[in-house]
Amino acid sequence: MLYREAGQFKTTYDADQAIFPIAQDRWAVIAFAAIAFLVVPFFVNDYWTNAVLLPLLIYGLAALGLNILVGYCGQISLGTGGFMAVGAFASYKLMTSFPELNIAIVVLLSGGATALVGVMFGLPSLRIKGFYLAVATLAAQFFLVWLFNKVGWFYNYSATGQISVPERSIFGLVVTGPTAAPWVKYLFCLSFLALFGLIAKNVVRGRIGRNWMAIRDMDIAAELIGVRPLQTKLSAFAFSSFYVGMAGSLLFTIYLGAIEVTEVFGINVSFLVLFMVIIGGLGSILGSFLGATFLVLMPIFLKNFMVDGLGLLPVLAKHVEILLMGLLIMGFLIVEPHGLARMWQILKEKFRLWPFPY
Amino acid sequence: MNETAAQPILSVNNIEVIYNHVILVLKGVSLSVPEGGIVALLGANGAGKTTTLKAISNLLGAERGEVTKGSIVFKEDQVEALSPNDLVKRGCIQVMEGRHCFGHLTVEENLLTGAYTRKDGHGAIKDDLDLVYSYFPRLKERRSSQAGYTSGGEQQMCAIGRALMSRPNMILLDEPSMGLAPQLVEEIFEIVKLLNEKEGVSFLLAEQNTNVALRYATYGYILEAGRIVLDGDAKALRDNEDVKEFYLGVGGEGRKSFRDVKHYKRRKRWLS
Repeated sequence: MLYREAGQFKTTYDADQAIFPIAQDRWAVIAFAAIAFLVVPFFVNDYWTNAVLLPLLIYGLAALGLNILVGYCGQISLGTGGFMAVGAFASYKLMTSFPELNIAIVVLLSGGATALVGVMFGLPSLRIKGFYLAVATLAAQFFLVWLFNKVGWFYNYSATGQISVPERSIFGLVVTGPTAAPWVKYLFCLSFLALFGLIAKNVVRGRIGRNWMAIRDMDIAAELIGVRPLQTKLSAFAFSSFYVGMAGSLLFTIYLGAIEVTEVFGINVSFLVLFMVIIGGLGSILGSFLGATFLVLMPIFLKNFMVDGLGLLPVLAKHVEILLMGLLIMGFLIVEPHGLARMWQILKEKFRLWPFPY
Repeated sequence: MNETAAQPILSVNNIEVIYNHVILVLKGVSLSVPEGGIVALLGANGAGKTTTLKAISNLLGAERGEVTKGSIVFKEDQVEALSPNDLVKRGCIQVMEGRHCFGHLTVEENLLTGAYTRKDGHGAIKDDLDLVYSYFPRLKERRSSQAGYTSGGEQQMCAIGRALMSRPNMILLDEPSMGLAPQLVEEIFEIVKLLNEKEGVSFLLAEQNTNVALRYATYGYILEAGRIVLDGDAKALRDNEDVKEFYLGVGGEGRKSFRDVKHYKRRKRWLS
């Protein structure tokens, strides 16, 4: 069998602690990254970037961020839409106040701003847990959206309340605005996702990640062995909000270009990202991507299949699509309550043991 | 293999349990419990005692486990496909390790939840409540306090009492001695014996406390790494040199060097 680690001996601690200790995994990831970075940009067109790839990358980043909070630290949050709005508005304010600022820096700073807001709304998590915390973060969602809608300073007192992105370029290539080439947008978002995916993978393997998971699994026991709940929970909120804020910033600057806060960052976005995390698999980096892929691609696939394949009316197809998505989500969660990532893990385990059953 | 003449109420034949599709936990375990007997299932941590009990009461599905081979027969019916609640209706109930009382309900409410499957009316349930109180007088004193605020021993009594309320023929008792003072362990085992004698309830008892378990049980099985390595009458097991050395902590001929400690030779009972 191809997937077998027999004979791969580790002779150094570095090799033992590698991110992908199994050579096949390592090569698969490298090949995947190579295709994503070197091959795909030559083939993307407007439809592929705008309908498939950009939402996939941006929601993947948001799901990754939320997974750190919900999946690794066990603090449930329904404020993702609000935090994404913070990222979007932070980048708008930064771009209009400091026109010469590099767009990559703007995205990072927007993440930082969101992290601060996230920490602030994470404070209640020190006293309340579970469903009650969900309600507290729900308050964040509604408050932030209301704030960006109400206070004119955030949208520079524009008449419609909309914000739209000015044109910015990086390395001489236009990234934002209507003139940007699809492959530039794609590569820009992909670079962020790849870089921060790698960072997240490493952080959750290290001391901070262990502390998060200790708090998640049993907060009292974690406290007893010296994990400080204040720092741990707030760092999870900060880290998670940073990712979510960057996703919001990318969503606004790269993907949509012009937004109205109540339309784009409503409660349904919070739920969508939360569902990505749950379907993908709580506490799994890969799961965040799988969940985002599932929830972004499945509707498109279903729509294309029904409209082009079966010849259904688009309106009817939309309704059937919503219905089918619900059924599919339930189906997948019944088959594997721990999400797609666990399914993948079991499959890998089976491959490792093949041809023996266990 | 069972010397007691009574018909087995429960027999487990060569079951194999796999967790998570890949981890093999029980490698062919067979045992039988005679009608009205107390059978002890002994072994160290991770030997598979709890898994065996959960396989019988069909709780494995909740933990991603499944019985892949073998059969479980309770009162002449195959039960491995039944749900845990069906099994309770048929008279086989498990008292889980770690007690699991409903913390926010009072002791009496806890006991009454045990009568959920009963169809024979309030009068009969009331009588059984009195019966449980007669066996566990401590519960009667604490009847109106929340189960979460009672002591470990009282919670264990409450859990056993709750199981009794379903009028079972057979109770699977998982580690009743866990975390209890020796005196309380003794008290609980006395009650188990009393229940066995007076009410005719059969017990399958998973225990780490080999000493106590073998004093109250009639028959014993010793599990090791998912296999039964030894079985016999409780008395015979108590006198067995291996059991003495490995489980009862009596070395036979005083202290000896680790060099002389003999290696365990498993009797492969499941192949014979």
